[in-house]
Amino acid sequence: MSGVLPDYVRPVDFKHGRVDMTHGSGGRAMAQLIDELFLRAFDNEWLRAGNDSARFAVPAGRMVIATDSHVVSPLFFPGGDIGCLSVHGTINDVAMSGAAPLYLAATFVLEEGFPLSDLKRIVASMASASRAAGVPVVTGDTKVVEQGKGDGVFITTTGIGIVPEGVDIAGDHARPGDAIIISGTLGDHGVAIMSQRENLSFETAIESDTAALHGLVAAMVAAVPRIHCLRDPTRGGLATTLNEIARQSRCGMLVRERELPVKPQVSAACEFLGLDPLYVANEGKLVAIASAGDAAPLLAAMRAHPLGREAVIIGEVIEDPHHFVQMDTSFGGRRNVDWLTGEQLPRIC
Amino acid sequence: MCLAIPARVVALPEPQTALIDVGGVRKRVSLALVDGVLPGDYVIVHVGYALTRLDPEEAARTLATFAAAGLADVPVTEAAQ
Amino acid sequence: MRYIDEFRDGALARRLAAAIAREASPARTYHLMEFCGGHTHALSRYGLKDLLPANVQMIHGPGCPVCVLPIGRIDSAIALAARPGLILTTYADTMRVPASKGLSLLKAKARGADIRMVYSSADALRIARENPGREVVFFAIGFETTTPPTAVAITEASAGQLSNFSVFCNHVLTPAAIANILESPEVRELGTVPLDGFIGPAHVSTVIGSQPYEYFAEEYQRPVVIAGFEPLDVMQAILMLIRQLNEGRAEVENEFTRAVTREGNAKAKSLVAEVFELRRSFEWRGLGEVPYSALCIKEKYRAFDAEARYGLEYCAVADNKACECGAILRGVKKPTDCKVFGTVCTPENPIGSCMVSSEGACAAHYTYGRFKDVPVVARVAA
Repeated sequence: MSGVLPDYVRPVDFKHGRVDMTHGSGGRAMAQLIDELFLRAFDNEWLRAGNDSARFAVPAGRMVIATDSHVVSPLFFPGGDIGCLSVHGTINDVAMSGAAPLYLAATFVLEEGFPLSDLKRIVASMASASRAAGVPVVTGDTKVVEQGKGDGVFITTTGIGIVPEGVDIAGDHARPGDAIIISGTLGDHGVAIMSQRENLSFETAIESDTAALHGLVAAMVAAVPRIHCLRDPTRGGLATTLNEIARQSRCGMLVRERELPVKPQVSAACEFLGLDPLYVANEGKLVAIASAGDAAPLLAAMRAHPLGREAVIIGEVIEDPHHFVQMDTSFGGRRNVDWLTGEQLPRIC
Repeated sequence: MCLAIPARVVALPEPQTALIDVGGVRKRVSLALVDGVLPGDYVIVHVGYALTRLDPEEAARTLATFAAAGLADVPVTEAAQ
Repeated sequence: MRYIDEFRDGALARRLAAAIAREASPARTYHLMEFCGGHTHALSRYGLKDLLPANVQMIHGPGCPVCVLPIGRIDSAIALAARPGLILTTYADTMRVPASKGLSLLKAKARGADIRMVYSSADALRIARENPGREVVFFAIGFETTTPPTAVAITEASAGQLSNFSVFCNHVLTPAAIANILESPEVRELGTVPLDGFIGPAHVSTVIGSQPYEYFAEEYQRPVVIAGFEPLDVMQAILMLIRQLNEGRAEVENEFTRAVTREGNAKAKSLVAEVFELRRSFEWRGLGEVPYSALCIKEKYRAFDAEARYGLEYCAVADNKACECGAILRGVKKPTDCKVFGTVCTPENPIGSCMVSSEGACAAHYTYGRFKDVPVVARVAA
């Protein structure tokens, strides 16, 4: 007597299975993967409708769209993984315009041979981050490439949001006299990543600061609608972000090293590797630039929020036809904080 | 040249290996170049090797030299800090 | 961080700056060379120049092993990495140095060469043990600080009979470089570029001790003060040099007493002597051929010498004609004296050795000090 049910469908083997070319072919295997993995994890009305697109009404107002690709290696690191990073990263890009993020789309390019257990872990992390942030993943796509042509998995997320009335935040709005504020400690993410790389690991796990910042931004915009600039200092670190804004706004900046918040462990790890925390990536921090008069209420609003408790004013925007970012060192001298040259690599010299 | 940092020896987990700590970050380094290192000692670490022990008395003496420099010339307001 | 933070204290810096200002005689200029790239980096990173009086001039020396590595040696490393199946392990510092044909180790890696960045020679050994079927070469660079770690790797490879591991040795020596600078034509001509004194390298000295510098102080009658790595160490060393010059002394003094003794690290020195011997001559980028300035692997350990194992032939490659690195490394010219500085030659696109590493004189100035070159002073808004 057969013990097999008539409508039995062999489930996807998430324990030992691997991605293969059929998962991207558009056929039954792909449909099953989408159903058992993505739908089950993200589970919302749009995905359940089973269409190639998601339909929704948008509130009136100016819309914002942002997109980001995520190719981080290693895929899993202390404090996070490529999954939650991809959700947080795009939510943050949308939020940096002052917008409230509404929906996300997610595409996956999977490498043939990638373990399904890892994929499941990543998707679960994304779903958890999406739910916690209140921003659903409403549509997506999956493709598979041959082994050797992809680094395990590449994820691209796109997000849309609505900018409230009276908010006009852009990189070219910084003006001489404005205060420059950072929301918290620098360099956590980049050091967490680098310390996981082969040959560079420490025994102390420094955790990535990956986080969705839209809640913090909402609180900031409510307190000070006329914020001039917001940006999250990701690749290239704070130094790159400040140089970008200085160039866009055609002004200079002067920051004070003494004020820069850096965790002692991050500082120590940077010493080991010969890195400068100013150039190390952050994934849960933002830079805010506002008029001098707005600095105090803005800072108060930030510090009242869990993701802004260590917010601090680090300097001022100044007039400078050369658009230099300068720093008063804690030692007493002054120096440039230049653009990042190439990639930040550890050094022995 | 030669990025090297002072680190505190926390433990000696294996022969010729020290577990060192800098600002809360821990790493294993080789003791192949320095003899007689004990937990609690400070060593200078370069590319994964301890190069020499750091002498705490000399360090204190050096800091005192800095502090004594220019004392006579420091304006009253600053010296009061 | 203990023994780091205390040596970066701003209040102490002001005291030392006041002492330097008081003791530097207004009747003369002091030309001091900091030999070590790490000191160049410290000077720039902390903006120390702002704390020195105008008549104390710092000249940046050639103590940056990446900067002085000739293009031809990088070409050899790239050729090694191009050998099928070979794994080239290297410190990250060398990855972006531009070599011939528009290549670099980073670019060669992008084209498929198996080049792996390591933090330590011990990691290179581990990679060799984990890949018994593949040839592994360790690209060894550095002054006397970095040489003992390479010696340890070679003796361990020998003891473990590791047959797939070898070292491409580019270790260079500090005293030889100092001698070369002091004997260069510009310096010997009195009145061209006076080099009054040296700040001796910090970590090289923990290995070789303060004794080797006594020859220079005596022979060339110039004071040497060995300085620790932190900015306060550098300032104290500058003060000590000024005092020596004022008093007409030419001695070797040690500011870095917490880590440097007269003898240095005997164990490290004997291990180096066991594995390496002097090359008769070695090309230094920017300085040309310098006699007895570099090391090669002894006959006893030739099995671990990549140059012998792979029959590497060295081809010298000339620097760009517009490049002023030679003069800059010897302290005769400043970065801003070079016609291509900041325009054709930038950290993104380095033409010569002084721009290649973040410790090179030109790179340090470009990254940290460029705002001082412009005539318009940025004003803080009222």
